[in-house]
Amino acid sequence: MTATALGAPAERREGRQKVSGGARYAAEYTLPGRAHAWPVPATVAHGRVTGVDTAAALALPGVLAVLTPGDAPRLATPEDATLAVLQSPDVPHRGWPVALAVAETPEAARAAARAVRVDYAGAPHDVTLTEGHPDAYAPEEVSSGAAHVEHGDPEAAFAAAEVRVDAVYRVPPLHNHPMEPHASTAHWDGDRLTVYTSSQGGTTVRSVLAQLFELDEDRITVEAEHVGGGFGSKGTPRPDVVLAALAARHTGRPVTLAYPRRDLPAVVGHRAPTVQRLRLGADRDGRLTAVLHEVTTHTSHVKEFVEQAAVVSRVMYATPALRSAHHVVPLDVPSPSWMRAPGEAPGMYALESAVDELAHALGTDPVDLRVRNEPGSEPGTGRPFSSRHLVECLREGARRFGWAGRDPRPRSRREGPLLIGTGVAAATYPVQVAPSTATAQALPDGTFTIRLNAADIGTGARTVLAQVAADALGVPLDRVRTEVGRSELPPAPLAGGSSGTASWGWAVHEACAELAARLAAHTGPPPAEGVEVRADTTGKADAESPYARHAFGAHFAETAVDTVTGEVRVRRLLGIFAAGRILNARTGRSQFTGGMTMGLGMALTEHSSLDPAFGDFTESDLAAYHVPAHADVPDIEADWIEEDDPHLNPMGSKGIGEIGIVGTAAAIGNAVHHATGVRFRELPLTPDRILPALSAEE
Amino acid sequence: MTSAHQPGHHSEVHLRVNGKPVTLDVDHRRVLLDLLREDLDLTGSKKGCDHGQCGACTVLVDGRRLNSCLLLAVTLDGSEVTTVEGLGGDGEEPHPLQRAFLDRDAFQCGYCTPGQLCSAVGMLAEAAAGHPSHVTDPAAPSGSPVALDRAEIRERLSGNLCRCGAYPRIVEAVEDVIE
Repeated sequence: MTATALGAPAERREGRQKVSGGARYAAEYTLPGRAHAWPVPATVAHGRVTGVDTAAALALPGVLAVLTPGDAPRLATPEDATLAVLQSPDVPHRGWPVALAVAETPEAARAAARAVRVDYAGAPHDVTLTEGHPDAYAPEEVSSGAAHVEHGDPEAAFAAAEVRVDAVYRVPPLHNHPMEPHASTAHWDGDRLTVYTSSQGGTTVRSVLAQLFELDEDRITVEAEHVGGGFGSKGTPRPDVVLAALAARHTGRPVTLAYPRRDLPAVVGHRAPTVQRLRLGADRDGRLTAVLHEVTTHTSHVKEFVEQAAVVSRVMYATPALRSAHHVVPLDVPSPSWMRAPGEAPGMYALESAVDELAHALGTDPVDLRVRNEPGSEPGTGRPFSSRHLVECLREGARRFGWAGRDPRPRSRREGPLLIGTGVAAATYPVQVAPSTATAQALPDGTFTIRLNAADIGTGARTVLAQVAADALGVPLDRVRTEVGRSELPPAPLAGGSSGTASWGWAVHEACAELAARLAAHTGPPPAEGVEVRADTTGKADAESPYARHAFGAHFAETAVDTVTGEVRVRRLLGIFAAGRILNARTGRSQFTGGMTMGLGMALTEHSSLDPAFGDFTESDLAAYHVPAHADVPDIEADWIEEDDPHLNPMGSKGIGEIGIVGTAAAIGNAVHHATGVRFRELPLTPDRILPALSAEE
Repeated sequence: MTSAHQPGHHSEVHLRVNGKPVTLDVDHRRVLLDLLREDLDLTGSKKGCDHGQCGACTVLVDGRRLNSCLLLAVTLDGSEVTTVEGLGGDGEEPHPLQRAFLDRDAFQCGYCTPGQLCSAVGMLAEAAAGHPSHVTDPAAPSGSPVALDRAEIRERLSGNLCRCGAYPRIVEAVEDVIE
């Protein structure tokens, strides 16, 4: 037996390729004769295409084709209606692709797209979410289950509460903006389709393309060896892969479509804006007597997606009366979708801000208040927690941050023009896991190969799966190879919902354990072709658990608010997490830190808005939509508490890709309140909001 | 096959790319980034935004870091270009900064990484040459090398976005090379 590989800070296996420029991403497969595609986005927010004049575009040198809703190859009706591109003249929102130019070079394709003339019959549009919008309805479900959960008599309990907080918080639309734009290269060889695509889940890309193009899955190969981030926006196939395949079929050439950055927000999903009313009632001792979390959000007319921001209130705090409810307004907006911790990130911004307001109203320390309301079982369901170490995270974080001795009075620390404050917030994210298959092969030279169609979107999946395998086999890490990112490998679920490593690792563990048993019964080296074992965790990974399974965390932030400029700077950010066993200390820390960085952006810089007149996102590119830059990000510290939870999976791990973002914005917002004495309830905390409020306070 | 070139809309350009001479007939619309990626199959330089907003395409042109998506290739005749593929020179060994990125886990998805690396190499030369930044002490003597503390590194690398949030590790990797 060797030292365990799990938990070790093993270096990323694809790291050399990434730092040398050798790692190829979807748009970088320079197949012979490859052409380039460029989309033509709709310039009306609602209506119908009445004509597409392609003559001027086709007359340009190097232009091969312009696909239009009238002549693009027909697709079967997709389950995800956002993929029904170039199939109908209807325009459901501005930015919807209404034509696609294909040319020899990117320059010619871009020029051709610009030269396409599209006529529309416009219709009135509405892209503005309001709390009391007349079209709001209560959806049946959100992605984690019921849209509405209620127990006790929350209205009466709130009305009778000794101390009350009643506040509305707003989070604007947010964009994933992974650094690699959504891109696909498609190639047809007869009725065989090969795509190189930037996706968090190639197995699903293959099944969706099979359905759309009415092909058997074995006629389709999907490769996603390296993926330049996704954060949810590449969780399922997006229009780029469908358009590239349509263009390749239409022209008979390999075609690459790298979606232009500025056009991405309209077609790849976004975090839908939320208006969240929080009502917290408590007794004088700070015990919650009522929690009402009511969310209004938008969706498109293409499909229903509900940003499930109120679900966190079913998990966090003990209360005899609870309402967690959603309303959604269909608007003429691009379709929202998953963005890192969908629901949890905006929901915890609101809930944890409200808890901070309650602490302030009670004159109670916000760490103590949270500890006081720690539930014995999951509030929404009554199920026992498989493990829950929120209190330990809060205490360890408080110790590391130097929380003790904090002067709780707002505006109690000043450094020249700067107001300094500190804040805390909790974080939670559910444990999700899905069935996967994997094979493990022993070779005569004493090495092993693990194969499954997992996606390494930057998490270090190759590396951590090799660690899982090495431990299950009882061999050194360097004897294990991992192959991921190709659809000919055993099918595996997506890298999303912080479920990838748990789902894939479970199958890898099973295959390796079985292989180890078989090798133990075998004498001599494996035969030349090796010994291979296949595992499928269907029925195990998706078995209903009697436990409520969630990761928890605590965030602490120190901010400086400039009273002259209104600028908020984060000085320190600490996250302590309890997420089961951390399987790779190095890549795990990077994921926590990365989530916290995105949370910092959500708190301070990231803001999108729908222009009421034009109907599209005003902040659509990286010059207008401000993701955090180096200078925004201080020395973020992320660490964890060892947690031994036997109710998860063979590795004992919970997901870690999303929880880092969850409590960050609230911790920063609470620190800004502590610094300034002003409660801001709308993100982000930009100078245009801060400065007028500070002036009013002076 | 139709040519993408219009008569009079392309010119011959001579470059040295990673030490090797290159002569190409380029479309006047072609930017250096697309020349590298499409004509030379040097796909290490990344296209994140195509508008000079993200820095993923950063390369060194005559030793200076520049966004290759904003440089029309036709204007670069006679230039020396170094991309991420050329940072380590001819040898097998990576550039010390590439090694430091591996040691520090200074990336996740890897898409911004080539730009971060080229930008940091260019930035180190700028600081050594005494170029001040927004956070340099105005009282510092002009023209002498600027000591790079974390605030300086962060300020000077702020043109290179990383959505995975590897910034703290990138700063540590750059510090490793300075030390």
